[in-house]
Amino acid sequence: MTGLEVIGLNKAFGGLTVARDINITLAPGDRKALIGPNGAGKSTFTNLITGILEPTSGEIRLDGRDIGKLSEAQRVKAGIAKTFQITNLFKSLTVRDNLRLPLLERRGLTGRLIRRSDREGGVEDEVESLLSQFRLSDMGDRPVERLAYGQQRLVEMAMTLALKPRILILDEPAAGVPSSESPLIAEAISGLPQDLAVLVIEHDMALVFKVARRIVVLVSGAILTEGTPEEIAADARVRDLYLGASHG
Amino acid sequence: MNLILSIITDGVAFGMILFMISVGLSVTMGLMRVVNLAHGGFAMLGGALTHWAMMQMGIPFLPSAVLAILAVVVLSVPMERVLYRPIYKMGELPQVLATIGITFIMIAAISFWLGATLMPIPLPAVMQGSVDLGFRTLPTQRIYVVVVGLIVIGGLFFLTERTRFGIRLRAAVDHPGTASCLGIDTSRIFSLTFALGAGLAALGGIMGAELLPIDAYYPLRYMVLFLTVVAVGGLGSITGSFLAAMALGILDTAARYQFPEFGTIFFYVAMIVILGLRPQGLLGKA
Amino acid sequence: MKSLLPFALMALVAVVAFYAFPYNLAFLTRVVITMILVLSLDLLIGVTGIDTLGQAALYGTGAYAAGLFAVHVWADPVAGLLVGGLAGAVVAFVSGLLLMRTHGLTLLMLTIAVAEVFQELANKLDWLTGGADGLGGITMNPVFGTWQFDFIGQTGYIYAVCVLFIVTAILKVVIGSPFGLSLRGIKDSPARMRAIGTPVGRRRVAVYTLAGAVAGIAGALAAQSTALVSLSVYDFQVSAEAMIMLILGGTGRLWGALIGTAVFMAVHEVAASVDPFNWLFIIGFLVLAVVYAVPRGLIGLPEEIRRMVGRLK
Repeated sequence: MTGLEVIGLNKAFGGLTVARDINITLAPGDRKALIGPNGAGKSTFTNLITGILEPTSGEIRLDGRDIGKLSEAQRVKAGIAKTFQITNLFKSLTVRDNLRLPLLERRGLTGRLIRRSDREGGVEDEVESLLSQFRLSDMGDRPVERLAYGQQRLVEMAMTLALKPRILILDEPAAGVPSSESPLIAEAISGLPQDLAVLVIEHDMALVFKVARRIVVLVSGAILTEGTPEEIAADARVRDLYLGASHG
Repeated sequence: MNLILSIITDGVAFGMILFMISVGLSVTMGLMRVVNLAHGGFAMLGGALTHWAMMQMGIPFLPSAVLAILAVVVLSVPMERVLYRPIYKMGELPQVLATIGITFIMIAAISFWLGATLMPIPLPAVMQGSVDLGFRTLPTQRIYVVVVGLIVIGGLFFLTERTRFGIRLRAAVDHPGTASCLGIDTSRIFSLTFALGAGLAALGGIMGAELLPIDAYYPLRYMVLFLTVVAVGGLGSITGSFLAAMALGILDTAARYQFPEFGTIFFYVAMIVILGLRPQGLLGKA
Repeated sequence: MKSLLPFALMALVAVVAFYAFPYNLAFLTRVVITMILVLSLDLLIGVTGIDTLGQAALYGTGAYAAGLFAVHVWADPVAGLLVGGLAGAVVAFVSGLLLMRTHGLTLLMLTIAVAEVFQELANKLDWLTGGADGLGGITMNPVFGTWQFDFIGQTGYIYAVCVLFIVTAILKVVIGSPFGLSLRGIKDSPARMRAIGTPVGRRRVAVYTLAGAVAGIAGALAAQSTALVSLSVYDFQVSAEAMIMLILGGTGRLWGALIGTAVFMAVHEVAASVDPFNWLFIIGFLVLAVVYAVPRGLIGLPEEIRRMVGRLK
């Protein structure tokens, strides 16, 4: 199939199993959300997909090709990108430079020593279109560290999108964002290219139900269920999981 | 056979010296994550003060040494408060720089006061000569060094494993955030540890003056030596410092006996190999 | 055009210094050479965030390579510079393969150790290097076959200043290039650079190699202008003082490296001539003053003063 296919993925640290027989597909145009209580193994799962962790067993395929042995950087080139849960930007650089870096990298230009980094025509056009897509044009020349947190999250997303991924993993895109700025995030996710495969990992259920068309529920490293938002909302086990947890 | 015995006695003695001087550095660096290049200065101060007390005041070795160590401990407390506190929160680079500056000032102060010449510490009669073990003789001084080193290790073991202070110290090294949440006064612990480390360095400087002769430039000359023990042993690990000091001490001594023409190359190559394989040091946490 | 202004200022200072201190040209030449060394360190510490205390390994190897080349092969100064730069780059590349995998204290210790190993090697290979006596017998041909080195040091000074200009200009271009931007990215967040697909380890080795070439050129210049290479080129003090000068001036923008070097060496020279025994006091307090009072270096001073004045208003 085209897109991402995860087949029977397992990961254990010593005796501790943190991912148990996970099967997930992510096709172009998908809008999936991965939810689950703290410690369910959501971060482990993303780290396995992006190549930060190596699985104990199982397969990760992209367009039918096994990418399980590729390094983090190689997977980015293959088309898998993720945003960071805790904003991880180039703080002292301007918003434009933050966007230039992934764009230059995608074109394989960051090894170049001679031309100025802000004189690559194609790159500059794309920088400006990303800025306007995320409504950041006014602050393009400001160092990122002087932006409001919600705006930094947008830069985070714009940077990841600059890599032209086919699979985009948004790791808690609204984490730490004050609720007043949270609609900005939902709007940005809705504005993502239609053919992109998107997996959102999120705690904020309002956001999940706003953007996801299918939801996967992860518990103790294994998939509990997968379904449409309506099915998940009606699932007694999921309700127990969330309500039960909060009731102690 | 005799050669191997010589290497082992001299190597172990040298290792003990390295351990005494470096252990305080390792613990303070592990505790506050501060890079401190000036620690050797305390060993020099200990040696220089002993030299001064003996040669200029005519005080015998033992009281001179005790007074010197106490003086270093007393001096280290305000130094920590005034000079080190502000740099804990800074990056690694300002820490390197500030402690190089402190080293320069220590060197300048000692050469201003006592000159830039060698400062010998004459050994008392009981530590001179050699001891006949029946099958061979050993220099008495080496035996004293090893015995004092063993006492220090025993004392540190007792302190960290059996006392409240030690439990708090280990907690603060392993989990600095948690420790201060639990109401452990980490800054007080650090003051005490810093002073203790300075005192041990002074002791090591005095006991080791035969192997690492005392002069004003001592802290700069042996800076890398002490830091190597810390880096190879792993930051904050007393046992690691001991293993690293012993291994490097014996290795360096063996190299000096067997391949004198290669000087300290073996020492540095060993360090490069160990840190290349284990960047966090032998017993350091990744 | 705006970017040329600092170069014009640099040229002006170089000319004024030449006429103002005609009998101190040897010292001025040393300052210029040290500036090149500190620039190479700024590329690592200031731009890429690689904290190293082993610049002496690269500088010293450049000096010995250029010295040996002049004695045994060809005494042409420019060829010697290239040889010194190449030697520095090779040493940096090979040692960088190991060094650039580490960080923090481990990296500091390993860089120091590499320099110490080179010093010990240079000492042992005395049939080649002259050992503790130093490598003498270096007599350079005229620069480009035209300008003879004179004993007052006029040619040496002008030659060194020209090399400084070229090195600074090249580094300016490199820092402004996509490669330079990726280095600044690595300084801010290596993890993010990996996430956008940059091979961070390879970039670090690449910039270390480039810095090695620049440091090697500085070493080669030193060998040529003093006609002697001694074991002290590998001293820990070389690396430590370069770091002090860089932080004093301010990191990351090259100009700080130049200013810091000039100020430090001037203070050092004056202090040592006023009181040859206690100048280390002055250097020590200068270093502490930088760390505690002007952490961003002299180059950050105008902004800090502006902010203080602004607060007063």
